[in-house]
This record gives sequence, C-alpha cells and structure tokens, in this order.
Amino acid sequence: MARARVLIRPKEGILDPQGKAVERALPALGFEGVEHVRVGRMVELDAEDPERLSELCEKLLANPLIEDYEIQTL
Amino acid sequence: MTVGVAKHRELGLTDSEYDLIVEKLGREPNDVELAMFSLLWSEHCAYKHSRKLLRRLPTEGERVVMGPGENAGAVDVGGGYAVAFKVESHNHPSAVEPFQGAATGVGGILRDVFALGARPIAILDSLRFGELDSVRSRHLLDGAVRGIGHYGNSIGVATVGGEIYFEPPYEHNCLVNAMCVGLAKTEEMVRAAAAGVGNAVVLMGASTGRDGIGGASVLASAELGDGDDAKRPTVQIGDPFEESKVLECCLELLGKGLLVSLQDLGAAGLTSSAGEMASAGGVGIDIDVARVPLREADMEPFEIMVSESQERMLAVVEPSRVDEVLAVCEKWQTESAEIGVVTDSGQVRVLRDGEVVGEMPVEALVDGCPLYDLDPAEPDGWIYGNRQTLDPGATAGETLLALLSSANVASKRWAFEQYDSVVGSRTVRRPESADAAVLQLPEAGSAIAVSIDGNGRRVACDPYAGTVEAVLECAQNLACVGAEPLGLTNCLNFGNPEKPAGAWQLDRAVSGLADACEALGVPVVGGNVSLYNEGPDGPIYPTPVVGLVGELPDPERACGSAFASEGDAIALLGPFQPSLAGSELAKLRGELEMGLPQSDIAAVAAACTTVREAVRAGKLSSAHDVSDGGLACALAESAIAGDLGCRVDLSPLLDRSISSEEALFGEGRGGFVLSGERAALESLASNATEVLILGEVGGEKIEVTTGDASLAIGLVEAERAWNAISRAIAL
Amino acid sequence: MIWGVLQFPGSCDERDALHACSLLGEARLIWHEERDLGGADAVVVPGGFSYGDYLRAGAIARFSPAMEAVAEFAAAGGPVLGICNGFQVLCEAGLLPGALLRNEDLRFTCRQVELQVGHLNLPEETQVSALPGGTLSIPAKHGEGRYWAPEEMLDELEANGQVAYRYAPGHNPNGSARDIAGVRNKAGNVVGLMPHPEHAVDPLTGSTDGLRIFEAVAAAGAPA
Repeated sequence: MARARVLIRPKEGILDPQGKAVERALPALGFEGVEHVRVGRMVELDAEDPERLSELCEKLLANPLIEDYEIQTL
Repeated sequence: MTVGVAKHRELGLTDSEYDLIVEKLGREPNDVELAMFSLLWSEHCAYKHSRKLLRRLPTEGERVVMGPGENAGAVDVGGGYAVAFKVESHNHPSAVEPFQGAATGVGGILRDVFALGARPIAILDSLRFGELDSVRSRHLLDGAVRGIGHYGNSIGVATVGGEIYFEPPYEHNCLVNAMCVGLAKTEEMVRAAAAGVGNAVVLMGASTGRDGIGGASVLASAELGDGDDAKRPTVQIGDPFEESKVLECCLELLGKGLLVSLQDLGAAGLTSSAGEMASAGGVGIDIDVARVPLREADMEPFEIMVSESQERMLAVVEPSRVDEVLAVCEKWQTESAEIGVVTDSGQVRVLRDGEVVGEMPVEALVDGCPLYDLDPAEPDGWIYGNRQTLDPGATAGETLLALLSSANVASKRWAFEQYDSVVGSRTVRRPESADAAVLQLPEAGSAIAVSIDGNGRRVACDPYAGTVEAVLECAQNLACVGAEPLGLTNCLNFGNPEKPAGAWQLDRAVSGLADACEALGVPVVGGNVSLYNEGPDGPIYPTPVVGLVGELPDPERACGSAFASEGDAIALLGPFQPSLAGSELAKLRGELEMGLPQSDIAAVAAACTTVREAVRAGKLSSAHDVSDGGLACALAESAIAGDLGCRVDLSPLLDRSISSEEALFGEGRGGFVLSGERAALESLASNATEVLILGEVGGEKIEVTTGDASLAIGLVEAERAWNAISRAIAL
Repeated sequence: MIWGVLQFPGSCDERDALHACSLLGEARLIWHEERDLGGADAVVVPGGFSYGDYLRAGAIARFSPAMEAVAEFAAAGGPVLGICNGFQVLCEAGLLPGALLRNEDLRFTCRQVELQVGHLNLPEETQVSALPGGTLSIPAKHGEGRYWAPEEMLDELEANGQVAYRYAPGHNPNGSARDIAGVRNKAGNVVGLMPHPEHAVDPLTGSTDGLRIFEAVAAAGAPA
C-alpha cells in the first residue's frame, strides 16, 4: 500500500475569491508582504495501485477544467 | 485533575447532590455512573432551578396533540395532520465556535421534530450578539448566520423567519435559539417512551466519537498522549448530509410502522436518550457500549455514554423487526447497530461486552435530581449600564433615520438572504414580506403562520411586563397574516438563577409567560431553558424567546406589511399606549432604566381578533404591528417595503395623554398600522377596539406630523438607512 | 408525457421538481441506483446538495448508475434539464460545457432574479417576449453558482446560441461569466441553469414563470 497526498488548486487565471479574501485579511492581522494566495484542497489516501492515481485525480478528485493537481507519494 | 478537589465537584455536582446519589445507589458511584449522573443532574438536563417555576405554565388545550415532555410539542391542524414545533438554545457552543455551534443547534432541533415522526418544514432563528462595532460580535454574527444557512440549506428545510438583536449585555454571551416546525399525520406520530420488555434498542446515524465530552474528561483513566486536545473536540461538528439520510431513514421506518419509539441524541448523548426513554416508559434499559459504532477505537465506556456526537437517533424495535430496520438504514447509507434491550429491571445498565460497568435506578438518574427553590430579590435599579449614541439635539427626522439604521430596527436582509426560504414549495410569505412567516399545508387543506419574538432589553426593564409583551408581539404578528394562535414554545435565556437578581428575573418572567398564555388561551407545548448566561461584565438581559404557531384558512389572504396602493388610507388600530420606557430611542439616548407600562392583555387580544378577521375577509392592503422604534418606524417600514410614501398626522393619538415624541417613537404593545380603503378601516372600530385614521399612502416621502414635531424623509434616504447592516458588516 | 426526476442522497428540491413536472404530465422519482429511467420522455436532475456537495458539488453524483443512464439518454437526443445542483452534476459529467464555482462574495444567496432567455423552444405566442420586460422571474438559491468557462469556450457558446439563460442587468447574484445563468449543449437537448424554475410554478408562492422552462424542455422531447 502506498500512501499519497494529492494537492488540488484552482487553475491560474481563475478567480479565486477564497484566496482573495484570505489575502485581503492578512494585513489587518499583522502579516504584510503576502500575495498570490490560492486556496485549494488536499486529499490523503492509501492506494494499492499507485499507477492509477493520475486517473483517479483526473476523473474524480480534481475537475481538470478548473483545477490543477499534484500527487505526492509519501 | 486538581489534587484535593473531589471528582464530583469537578463534574459540577455539589457535595449534597453527591451524597444524595450515594444514598440512592446505596453505595459510592463508579466513574461511569458518576459521569452519567453529573450530566443528567446538570442544570441543562435537569432544569434544577426552573422546573418548579415551569409548572405554572398552562399546557393543555383541545388542539394539543403532544405537550411538554415529548421530543417536541404538537398541535392539531385538521385534515388528520399535526404540526410539531419547538425552540432550543445552543448559546454556549455558539460563543466558542459560532458556525458549528449554530449549525449543530439547527441539527439538534430538527432531530427533536423528526423524532416525533414529523417531517421538518421550516426553521426560524432568534439570535443576539453584542453591538456591531465589536469585532468579536461581527465574527459571531457572521459565523452563526453561515452556520444556520449551511445546515438548513443543505438538509433542505426552508428557513422562513427569525430575529436578530444587538445589545451590549450579549457581548460575552451570545444567544442562538433555533426553532423547527414539522408536519405529520397525527396517527403516525410516535412518542419517546420505551416499551416492551425484551424489545431491542437500536442506534442509528453517525458513529460515536469524543465530541462534547469536555468536562467529563477528568474521568479518563488514560492520557491520550500527544494531541490530547485534538482528540477531545469541545466543538461538535455537524454533518447535514448525514442528518438528511437519517431523517429520510427515520420517516421511512415510521411510515412502515417498524419502530415502537424514537428519541434523538442531544445533550448528554446516550445517557439522556436511554435514560429518558426508560423513564417515560417506566421500564429499564441495558446498553452494551461494545456494540456502539465508534469513530475512535479506544473509547472508554463513560466516554461512549456521554459523547455528544451529532446526527444519531435511538429507537426501540420489536426483535422480529430488527433486520428490516437495519435494511432500511442500509438503503439510506446510514449506520445502524443493535446496542441494547428494554428490561423490567427499572435500572439503566451499562455493559461492555456483556460485563456490567454501571448500574443506576432509572428514577434516580432521570428524576432523582433535587429541584431548587429560587431566592429572588428585585435589583436596586438598572444594572446594565447605558451608552449614548444619538446626538441630543437630533431633530425628529434625524431621530427616525438613526432608528431605522440602528441594528435592531434595520433590515435583516443581509442575513436572511443566506437562507433558502423557498425549498419545499410551502412558503407563501418570505422573510420580511409580512409580519409572520406563512406556510401552505395543501395536504391538510389549510395553512400555518409562525413567528418568533422576544426583547431582552424590555424584559430587563420589567421581567413580568416584558415577557407578557413577547407573547403579545407574537400574537399580533400572527394576526397581521390572519392567523389564530394554536400553541406556543419558548426558550428562557437567563443569567445565574442562584443570584437574587437573576432569580427575580426568571421568577417574574415565567409568571408573565404563564399569565399571558392563560389569558390568550394558548397552551405552552414545549420549550427549553438556558441559564448561567453571564460574563465578566455581568448577566445577559433576561431573554424569554417565544415561538408561536397559528392557523389560517386561506394563505392567499395573508397580508403583507408593505403599503400597496397609492391613495389607500392609513390607520392605527388597537390599545396602543406608547411610552419611551425600554425603547430603542431610550437606548440610543442612554436613558434606559427600570420600569415598563403593563399591557392590557384583553384589549390587545381583542385588537388581534379584529385584525385577524379583517385580514381573512380581505379588507386590508397591508398590516404591520408597531414594535421596535415605535409608530414612525412602523410607518417607514411599510413605506420602504412598498416603495410608496405616506402623509400622516398623529394628532389624534395625542388624545391618549402622550407627548409628540412618545407618539412618534414610543413603544408598547397593541398597535397595528393598517392600510386599505378608508371605509373598510373605519368599519373595524368597535367598543373594544379603537381605530384612528392617520393619513394616506402616496408620494415619495415619509411625512409625519404630530403637532409640535414633524418629519419628512425621502423614501430613498429612508431605504438607505434601513439597509445599513449590509454596509456595517462589510465582512 | 412522462418526467423522470433523479433523487440522490442529499437531494433537496426533487419533490418540488416532481410537483412542477406533474403539472405538465406524469412524474416519477428515479433513485440514484436505478439504471432504468422508467420510460421517461424527459429527465430532470434536481437541486440540492447531493452527497453533501462533498469534494465538489455534483462530483460524486455524476458517477451514479442513474446518471450513466441519463448520459445514454442524452446522447440519444432525450431532453434533460439540470437545476442548480443538477446543472453542476451535468457539467461534472461532461454533458454540459463549463463549470460552476463558488459565488464571488463567498456567500450562499437566496433571492428572486430576472432571467433573459436565449431562444425558448415554444410556439410564437407563448414566447417570453410576451411577458412584461421580456424576462422570467425565478428564485435563485446557491453558494456555488458562478458559471465559468475559458474565454474561447464562452465565445463559442455565444456564437452557437448555447447561452440559454442570462441574468438581467443588475440581477447576477454570483459573478458568473457574462452573466450566464444557464447553458445548453450543442444539440440543444440538454439544458442546465442555476435558478430554480420548480419554485416558480405556483402563484401562491411566487411567480409562475418557471413553467415556461419546463414547457421548453417538454417541447424539446415531444414526439415528432
């Protein structure tokens, strides 16, 4: 069994209101100089067949039209 | 655990309560038993300081199908149908984590209603926070509204009404009260009492984790190691998707007659559900914790018994039907397990894999808690402070704008647009379009109206009179849509009852509630009490929140609150005797003090009847009760909503020995602002009810004269003021 | 005319959709595990929070057996209407172009909106242009309704007449691209929109403009 972590982010160029909201709130909390915040999702799983992970990402975990994904094997 | 402090004290039990437990058991309790007693004997579960007072409330009536003591109350609405409803608080969890606190509050009250076999059809919420200039209060408001929306919208029950108030005494103790209304065929409703020795006890829904164990964790025999806090979430996390599956599953089980009884799991989890089901049925109950589906493998028996994991229901099932029940749960993708059995032992027994780890008499656990008398004493004057925010030189017009933009009076559109108010296709009057929510019940051939109201500030001025007003406000709201009250639910949110002032507030408020309900002939069918709402700055305003359900024959005739036609006459109907005591204006001026006029309940009731019948006869264009901000605000609200101005003269009102200012901005019960054809309005006057024609609908301004004061505000300007909250939030 | 309305765990508006469809024919619920559409002449994928909107709205529901059957039905030209969550499911399933994202202000919103219509498949005299203002008044209620597609795809949709519904000026509740409220596929038999026509069929609870949207779907499926 291979443990993997999939990071899913909104594609560049897509409006990410969550990322924007976080970015806007930071200075008031004392964090200057933080930009280009993008908020995504993280999925962790154990997979018997790591070869099929890309397919799983393409089909279900991410929507390729609007999201990028990155697979990290742990 | 603090060395030297007895375990029972850490769990909130007094020494004498502990001694009583020992006496009832005939021995010292073990940890499992101590944990269970500490929860069921807590104020929250046992109503130690309020139960004696609550006996004053009238609970019977010919339309009552279920009264206090069941999961929710229910009234007969004809056609073989009953409407179930209840309001409950989730104050302390919401102050910690407003999103989940409010969300799980909604989840809990939904379960109380479908535990009776009623399909939830509406949610209303009553919220109170500190002033909006506080970052913390904005955070709590935002979280609570999102939480209610998240849960209600996801599960597909329309949120059709509510109220939100902002007052300094709620800064450290916000109030989140959630009300649910459901519909059931009367003959298919089910009670909570366990019955049938030998019947199986089945747990359905989410798995059980360590949610809400909190204080009882002092009993844990083993440290959890790193990340202890993370493993004992004090915040319960709600899952509306799970609840929607559990809801459909339960309704299908009840529809098929597969359940003997049903109870939801709320505060104190399995302990209270199992205990209360056994108590109501006069039976005993055995629970084997080894058979409870767990989220975490290493939970101890006491943890399993006190866990407050959400979205779980407990059912009693005849042994021959257990397999069918489990199959229906499977269909709805919700977990289920047979975890116990109904016995004739009169005991609640907790077992682990067949070995008894706790054993208590049902009576001792559920009804054995001592009930306390209060020691009330009226406080010496106003204890809540004052804060002036309105310029003393403000003109009448400026005062009206200040009131319209004050958070208590202003439109709550920002909040209610985050709620799905249309799902279910029953909503005839959406939020802020009429004084009460109206829902059609085509299957019963009728319709209902619902309102939830309370004004803690006015109750603080006079707990008796203020509570009477809360009931009358609900009744007036229902009258405006043509509804006659059927039953009442209430949530009593108060401070510390062990303090004389707090005790006095609670005592007087319950009397006010009892007397008002008695006089109106409206039974109290259920409710909730939340005490000890106090912070470093003192107690909250004493806040009885009242939920009223009524029926109306023709929902199409339900009046809106907006002026509808240019040229319509405007009238004030009813025994409205305004005063500035406890008013929004007094608050803005920093002039709040003790004292409130007493309402003439009979006269207000007569006015309600007149308005109700006029609405049902289709005689009115609009109906709106006079409430926060007084008559000027009520007129402005009807004008803004209808996008039609008005020209009124309040001089006729001055014959009631009041000043111009009182006429414009004074508050109190009994006033209705009506619009319609002049002759129709005049025809409503009688010996019992006075009607004053004030003016007419028209133009683009709100023009009000009273003799020595007058104001003229443009509709556009008024509307902007009334929508101030959206700008104030800016989150 | 037989309408099939899908039902997933977590669907909310399927009963309202069922009622709306029953005003225009016979209507049945199709449980998500069913592959058999029961002879439906038209299929409605309703609103709600199928599977709790977990992962992404509609992402799990699109794999259900019922949706596989709907995909075949659509490929054969059968009329399909996706409402709100249903629209999300159809986009996830690739039966409609584009995707639905979180509302721009990050809040769920429930309000009445005015929709402009891109060519309704109805007889001339019942065309929506006969309505005052030429728009449909329909409730919208969603938190993830912001329609998005790459610019080139949007240009293509406009050129092909695939923009079925657009928010009237000032009525866009979620920041969707080009004020798009609903789209149809190239063949025109599959249409999805975020607002809820099933909540606009009863004068007692609001407008009845929603009936037009169901009528358009029925017209698409009427036997030749």
